[in-house]
Amino acid sequence: MAAALFFYLFSAIAVASAVMVISARNPVHSVLFLILCFFNAAGLFVLLGAEFLAMILVVVYVGAVAVLFLFVVMMLDVDFVELRQGLLNYLPIGGVIGLIVLVELALAVGGWVISPASLKSRVAPLPEGVTNTEALGRVLYTDFIFYFQAAGFVLLVAMVGAIVLTLRHKEGVKRQNISVQVARSPATAIEVVKVKPGQGI
Amino acid sequence: MEIGLSQYLTVAAILFTIGIFGIFLNRKNVIVILMSVELILLSVNINLVAFSAFLGDLVGQVFALLVLTVAAGEAAIGLAILVTYFRNRGTIAVEDINLMKG
Repeated sequence: MAAALFFYLFSAIAVASAVMVISARNPVHSVLFLILCFFNAAGLFVLLGAEFLAMILVVVYVGAVAVLFLFVVMMLDVDFVELRQGLLNYLPIGGVIGLIVLVELALAVGGWVISPASLKSRVAPLPEGVTNTEALGRVLYTDFIFYFQAAGFVLLVAMVGAIVLTLRHKEGVKRQNISVQVARSPATAIEVVKVKPGQGI
Repeated sequence: MEIGLSQYLTVAAILFTIGIFGIFLNRKNVIVILMSVELILLSVNINLVAFSAFLGDLVGQVFALLVLTVAAGEAAIGLAILVTYFRNRGTIAVEDINLMKG
């Protein structure tokens, strides 16, 4: 009973905040509602018994992706009021397409049953008596090691791409020249001057 | 009231629809479009984890992890392109991105 109550609480807040994400006037509010939506989705994951993914969702999405969004939204000086013009032009076509997608998905979901034959062909059945994190680690580092490495490679490529795209060299900025600094020797760096009294250099 | 697979799938379907609707609604604001894509990927993750839990198969959660990775990379690359585009053009209006006439 309590699980059902929490399911409806989490899903209602998630759907409501998702609606606010796409309809909020200020993009900063959109990002904050996105964070709320992710937190509630993490709650749904906990209800499903996927604690590790729930924590990863909070850490990766809220801690990294949403903060990245927030940073970019605040950094760019964009006139968001101008961007919202013509919003109502797209409302009918968007509504029609959204309704069609929802009806199709509902039709697909409605007649769903799990056949006993599919239960026999499970690749990695949930083990008994171990935590979700341990069970996930057991299959992730053994059976799915190549997928895991591929995921790491995707992150590496994304990191390199983001750095290459946003790095820029400004002219006329004084920077530290480490090789010149290291190459300095006492012969080139110091000059001994005898100052005669009353004359100066 | 028992919470079954279809309830989770319904929530995911609603989130997916909201994401698609958001792309149509905010045609000019690419930041909200990226956030809508994140919503769509989140609904896919809910689907995968729900099937994983109700079938008793861990592969769904591994796939959800991979989807999460790709979503993080996509957000980083998308925002980097956005920042570069804003530096060059001074706007982020999607309709102006037609230089390549594609």
